[in-house]
Amino acid sequence: MTRFLLTRLTSLILTLLAASVVIFLVVEVVPGDVASVMLGLNAEPEAVAALREELGLNAPAHVRYLTWVSGLFTGDFGQSHTYRVPVSELIADRLWVSLPLAIYALALSTFIAIPVGLIAATRAGKATDTGIMGLTQLGIAVPNFWFAMFLVLIFAINLRWFPSGGFPGWDEGLWQGIIALTLPAIALAVQQASIMARVTRSATLETLGQDYIRTARAKGLSQRQTVIRHAMRNALIPVLTILGLQFSFLLAGAIIIENVFFLPGLGRLIFQAITQNDLIVVKSVVMLLVFAIVTVNFLVDVAYAAVDPRLRRRA
Amino acid sequence: MKRNLIIGGALSTLFTLAALLSFLWTPYDVTALNIGAKFGTPNGQNLLGTDHFGRDILSMLMVGARISIAVALAAVSFGILLGVPLGLLAAARRGSVVDEIIMRSNDLVFAFPSLVIAILITAVFGPSLWNAILAIGIFNTPVFARVTRGAALSLWTLDYIMAARVAGKGAFRISFEHILPNILNLLIVQATIQFAVGIIIEAGLSYVGLGAQPPIPSWGRMLADSQTMISFAPHLALFPGAAIVLMVLGLNLLGDGLRDALDPKIRRART
Amino acid sequence: MIDTRNLSLSIGETEILHDVSFSIAPGEVFGLVGESGSGKSMTALAMMGLLPSGGIATGQISLEGEDLLHLSETQMCDLRGRQLGMIFQEPMTALNPVQTIGDQVAETLIVHGVAQRSEAKEIARERLNRVGLTEDRFPLSRYPHELSGGQRQRVCIALAIALRPKILIADEPTTALDVTTQAGILELLLELVRDEGMALMLITHDLAVTAQIADRVAVMEKGRIVEQNTTRTLFETRKHAYTRALFAASTHQPSREARVEDTPLLSVTKAVRDYRLPRRTVFGKTPLFRAVNEVSFDIRRGESLGLVGESGCGKSTLTRAILGLEPLQGGRITLNGDDISTGMTPDLRAKMQVVFQDPYGSFNPRHTVARIIAEPFHLMGRPVDAEDQIARALTEVGLTPDDMRKYPHEFSGGQRQRIAIARALITRPELILLDEAVSALDVRVRAQVLDLLADLQASHDLSYLFVSHDLSVVRRITDRVMVMKSGEIVESGETEAVFQNPQHTYTQTLIAAAPAIPEDWTHGAQDAG
Repeated sequence: MTRFLLTRLTSLILTLLAASVVIFLVVEVVPGDVASVMLGLNAEPEAVAALREELGLNAPAHVRYLTWVSGLFTGDFGQSHTYRVPVSELIADRLWVSLPLAIYALALSTFIAIPVGLIAATRAGKATDTGIMGLTQLGIAVPNFWFAMFLVLIFAINLRWFPSGGFPGWDEGLWQGIIALTLPAIALAVQQASIMARVTRSATLETLGQDYIRTARAKGLSQRQTVIRHAMRNALIPVLTILGLQFSFLLAGAIIIENVFFLPGLGRLIFQAITQNDLIVVKSVVMLLVFAIVTVNFLVDVAYAAVDPRLRRRA
Repeated sequence: MKRNLIIGGALSTLFTLAALLSFLWTPYDVTALNIGAKFGTPNGQNLLGTDHFGRDILSMLMVGARISIAVALAAVSFGILLGVPLGLLAAARRGSVVDEIIMRSNDLVFAFPSLVIAILITAVFGPSLWNAILAIGIFNTPVFARVTRGAALSLWTLDYIMAARVAGKGAFRISFEHILPNILNLLIVQATIQFAVGIIIEAGLSYVGLGAQPPIPSWGRMLADSQTMISFAPHLALFPGAAIVLMVLGLNLLGDGLRDALDPKIRRART
Repeated sequence: MIDTRNLSLSIGETEILHDVSFSIAPGEVFGLVGESGSGKSMTALAMMGLLPSGGIATGQISLEGEDLLHLSETQMCDLRGRQLGMIFQEPMTALNPVQTIGDQVAETLIVHGVAQRSEAKEIARERLNRVGLTEDRFPLSRYPHELSGGQRQRVCIALAIALRPKILIADEPTTALDVTTQAGILELLLELVRDEGMALMLITHDLAVTAQIADRVAVMEKGRIVEQNTTRTLFETRKHAYTRALFAASTHQPSREARVEDTPLLSVTKAVRDYRLPRRTVFGKTPLFRAVNEVSFDIRRGESLGLVGESGCGKSTLTRAILGLEPLQGGRITLNGDDISTGMTPDLRAKMQVVFQDPYGSFNPRHTVARIIAEPFHLMGRPVDAEDQIARALTEVGLTPDDMRKYPHEFSGGQRQRIAIARALITRPELILLDEAVSALDVRVRAQVLDLLADLQASHDLSYLFVSHDLSVVRRITDRVMVMKSGEIVESGETEAVFQNPQHTYTQTLIAAAPAIPEDWTHGAQDAG
């Protein structure tokens, strides 16, 4: 168990290090002079020189990289050029929108997908199954931002059940916050739930074909007991894999959805930063997103070990 | 279960034909503005209505299909050309340092969602169609590498590969003579799925302004433009979105249909 | 006690069983023998009420007067596990990988409402002890992956007999196991029958296993029981032609005359093959596993040398090293005096070919037979008369030149092994490695392929290295035999001498464990082919 987790932890750290190198190279080395990129084509040479000085760009690349990475460890993400505030402050504010949104959507999709997938699997080939599978096909094909636009049209503009966008802030109360995030979370969850339901179904069907299911039936378990006691936990293993992989799609989706609903999250921040050529912000937010994805995948590995005793090798 | 194959094939063909036709003919010129006819709802002249500049939506969708398909196709080709050889190499050298490097690089790319890759590229080089292709292509590469490696690894344990080695054939030759033809089905199915994923991602990128730039019409940007007008002209948002849904649905059904048709294992299980 | 009458079964359009009738008394061991596809397993599944969907059974299966075919699914669930227990062929996959063995055995008791959780665990403990998995080494908290195949099969038995069912159906329970493990499992099953008064229905393809433990035997062919009787009588009289054919095939001795020259063809000298194991600590040394440990032997020209051993003994690794597919960490292997290595010349490779076990995985399914057989031409350049040579090779192995244009899936298992042999012959090799080459074949087909191999050896001056776990086959086709255990050759010598008078204790154990039809049963009836 510890050995499995240690290996995974090592690979997590290596991936993060490699990612930081890639991000640094793309943002600071490939374009040549970061200061001229940030200030645009018509910038005064003096201004460029001043910015270069301010950002410490005159130092050699490896020194700048080390400064940046050590800053990430201490929470010093540098100073935003356009907002004139520490990037860490910007991120901290936005994180409290993006993170709850991602968790909300993930929870919604999981709670819908797993039962739906199980139902489809136990009724495989019957009308219920065909219907569910048809719906999930549609769910996968619908772009979440388009779905979001119609959610707004129906539930915000016409029915006025939910706000059409914006975020009141958690200070206004938990309930208000949840209400504001509900339509975005639904929009995000539809595609995820569809994919996960399909995976749950096929994993369950696959598991039901295994020899140990026959053993269980020979013991006297009914079809239903077999599914609950034996198939479900084994089917969970591929579902977990997908959960980990889907998280990165969820984050990408969240970035777009935040723009549909004008939510002040990381997604909005990163697009504003792009339009304003604020590479300092882009660099660190991208690093943060990668960190989130890699960490979630690590947690999935931990969950694997909890579900599957074969991974808990004794050293 | 031929149904998937037929519906999927028909939808995919329809969109491809529409895209090809747009090179020769569209009902209206997509660059011609006609302010007098703006926000037209579907009618005899404009089958799907007109947008806020009075442009014909059907014509724009046809040209937009061209962009969507071109981007997704280019990105899939990128992923296959890079990912499949890497996957074959990793499987042929399984357990070696080369394999380890390829797999770890895969993990690394997997940590960057395609949108984030696009954001990084755009932040530095500015938005363009090529950057969208590059971003989706990079995202596709580890997908193909992983699928190829996984399938190839299970083939490498089979006796006929051993027989080929006894016949003195090297890893390179075996990879192309024995492995690749036997995983081709799988790759075709995966390519169909990645094609569909590519269409959705491209629409998303265009929607947030990181894809095709004006005046090139694209489905994603048509949706972005329509957003503020959705309360009084929902048809502007309806049709491009429906086009994406149908195209993606068609490709996914095609993928499922091909998998069932090409995979003898599943076929046997069904009978 | 259980009485099956006129059981017929069809799945969809296909008829699987016709008028199958037999009965089993309490405390009796009933053997059901037949080749693959004869309907043995389906008979068992029909008795358990676990037929695949679309399966329709007619007739009568009565268990103490109750007709199982007329019971509802709920009633069957109650009977399964309580009155009827079953174990299957593949112990490696028959247990739920994410549940402890204790839970899996206890579950039988819990689902039948016989015991609460804690009490069920106690009974599970007692049942596991009963099947030889004692608490000191096998606590209830063990997971299946921590056990060997034989131990897992014991767990399967424990959960099947947890409620002391009246009958235990064992479907090829030892086919996937090594011979010494098999002996242990069979002994356990017999003990259970004796001590618990349970009836045992043993389904197997192996006549020798049946001869050893069954009280009565039924022989099944194409969904019909062609003959049934008490074991000894059935083996001695062999009334039905099919029984005679099976019997003849399983004791078939290919006629071969040894023309062994005294010159070594292949020489293996102190060969060592190490594998790296995953590191235990991040910075520790990579531990090594020695799969082949200083093995030395010669194969002489024209000789058939047997290499026997149980799974994991290193025989496959040694085979691959001899083929020059894996590097050695020590020692050397020479063919005609030339060094074999992973980088050896094509000419040298051409002198040595191989036939593998799996008749389904041996060929690229997308290649024609002609292309498959021609593959080794890669070593010598495709000759101008390639097509003729392929045709000749096909004829030599008993197929026709027309088969060249077909694909592997158009052939049966036995025919595929013939194709594999044709591929091995095409380079005119001096040595052919037969890696479990007949192990996957049914007994009658196996006899034919063994005959073919014997004929080819004479006509082509071939030497064979016959690698197998099956002692009886090795005994019938080799001149000398080597016994391998844990990477080392523990005994070698003239085949008959080794079998008659094994010196090493391991060889003795192996030979004693191998089931055999008692010799005095083999006389009597004429062995018609």
